[in-house]
Amino acid sequence: MKSKKFRKSFVIVSFLAVPVVLLLLFTYIPFFDMVRYSFYKWNGTSPTMKFIGLKNYIQIFTRSEYLVVFKTSIYYFVGSIVQIVVALYFAVVLTAKIRGASFFKGVIFFPYLINGVAIGFIFMYFFRQAGTLDTILLTLGVPQSKIPLWLGNPRIINYSLASVSVWRYLGQNMVMFAGAIQSINGDLYEAASIDGANRWQQFKYITFPGIKLIISLNLILAVKGAISVFEIPKIMTDGANGSSTFVLKTLDTAFTIHKVGLASAMGVVLLVFIMIVTFIQKRFFEGDER
Amino acid sequence: MKTVNQVKISTALIYLSLIMASLIAIVPIIVVVFASFKTTAELNTTGVLELPKNIFNFENYRIAFVDGKMLLGFMNTLVILFLSLAATILTGTMTAYVLHRFKFKGKKLISDLFLIASLIPSITMQMSVFQIIVKLGLFNTLWSTVILYAGTDIISIYIFLQFMENIPFSLDEAAIMDGAGQIRIFATIILPLLKSAIVTVVILKGVVFYNEFYTPYLYMPKSELAVISTALFRFKGPYGTKWEVICAGVIITLLPALIVFLVMQKKIYSGLTSGAVKE
Repeated sequence: MKSKKFRKSFVIVSFLAVPVVLLLLFTYIPFFDMVRYSFYKWNGTSPTMKFIGLKNYIQIFTRSEYLVVFKTSIYYFVGSIVQIVVALYFAVVLTAKIRGASFFKGVIFFPYLINGVAIGFIFMYFFRQAGTLDTILLTLGVPQSKIPLWLGNPRIINYSLASVSVWRYLGQNMVMFAGAIQSINGDLYEAASIDGANRWQQFKYITFPGIKLIISLNLILAVKGAISVFEIPKIMTDGANGSSTFVLKTLDTAFTIHKVGLASAMGVVLLVFIMIVTFIQKRFFEGDER
Repeated sequence: MKTVNQVKISTALIYLSLIMASLIAIVPIIVVVFASFKTTAELNTTGVLELPKNIFNFENYRIAFVDGKMLLGFMNTLVILFLSLAATILTGTMTAYVLHRFKFKGKKLISDLFLIASLIPSITMQMSVFQIIVKLGLFNTLWSTVILYAGTDIISIYIFLQFMENIPFSLDEAAIMDGAGQIRIFATIILPLLKSAIVTVVILKGVVFYNEFYTPYLYMPKSELAVISTALFRFKGPYGTKWEVICAGVIITLLPALIVFLVMQKKIYSGLTSGAVKE
């Protein structure tokens, strides 16, 4: 009996050892390290770290260059809202009986599978002068003088980049919504149409309540995603022309100008934001369930 | 009641919107295909929407593949994918197996640790992860990326747990009667029955690993360690103005994803959905 118990613990420990060590080593230890570094002035390589208390945090909240990059997130957040609405529309349309549905679904979804660097280049080619977009606009009769520099104008660049993000993730959203719609009991629709409900009424009273949870989940993910945007601006513009984001700025601070302490404080600030959003999400969902 | 005409118009509008969306999805890619077959002179003198003169002009592809080190990038990517997928499947299935089949002290704590970890975007902690990778001596080695991909996450665990539900305990018990140990039960009974879940996780993670840019960019700057995305990113320098070569590189990068998609479309959709619903 004793040996059986011993063997059981042996299995548990040996099976969990590697996954848990990896989890601690690359998530929890870095987390506590980051919090610790955030109170120091340190370049990441020097053997000496200078304790400076809250100075890194004070710098983030008093120097406008650090907070202003949060504004970039607003463009991406608005983009995600548009994305959710459009994705929902296509999910509803494509789960109805429609010819060619799987073709359209595939085409709209495919961008999600493309490598981020490839997407960056595709859209640098798309937005460059005399590139894809300019050519299409000229063909449609828009005068040359009305066409702006899509990636060169600081007032336009974030719209351009946020729309790349929508292009990339729209299909993924759509597939998730479509999956949720398909899991709704089909009898409900049949009963509704017998009762004479039109398509809009069916959407309003059956589809929407059925997928409300996944929509709100995606809204929360949109906030988190917008706060932590970085790949597209990193690849396409490296943060030039006012396209930098908080994460991009954080990574630059750590790896380009080697202020690891300050970057860590920025990481902590970002995590706190994300924790707040997550907390709201939890409250929201608990209030919603049963 | 709607008239026949109204139904026709609304159907037409729906198709119009689908065609528009498809064009928006496809056109930016198609023009890149065009450019990838053009010569430098041709690219500079023809419009973006014009077809290339010679669609068998593979010169740009040759440059991208060989001079642009994309061939090397593919090799490295394949090695990393193979090692890290094998590792993440093992860590994921082992964790799920223990969490599902055993009762023990600290079980709740372990699953909570994985759950909380999923809330922290790892990109925000790279300055301290970097220190750890350097201390482990893995900086500028393939192992840096492999070890960062090797761990498991709550979504994979959920997917495995879901499938584990359907494997009856009686199978384990029968095997124990036959004198099998837990490791043998795991390897010869559980793993084969998890095949479908494993395929799902391999696809989901395979797409993420294949597309991941920042991890290899940060931890493997050495040019011999280029993976597909960092090899392509480096086109920004030397080929900065040679769009025909960049475009060939983009298409080379995109093709494996397209093939995987065409072959496993359904599985990708269902994998995405099963991952999302649980969160």
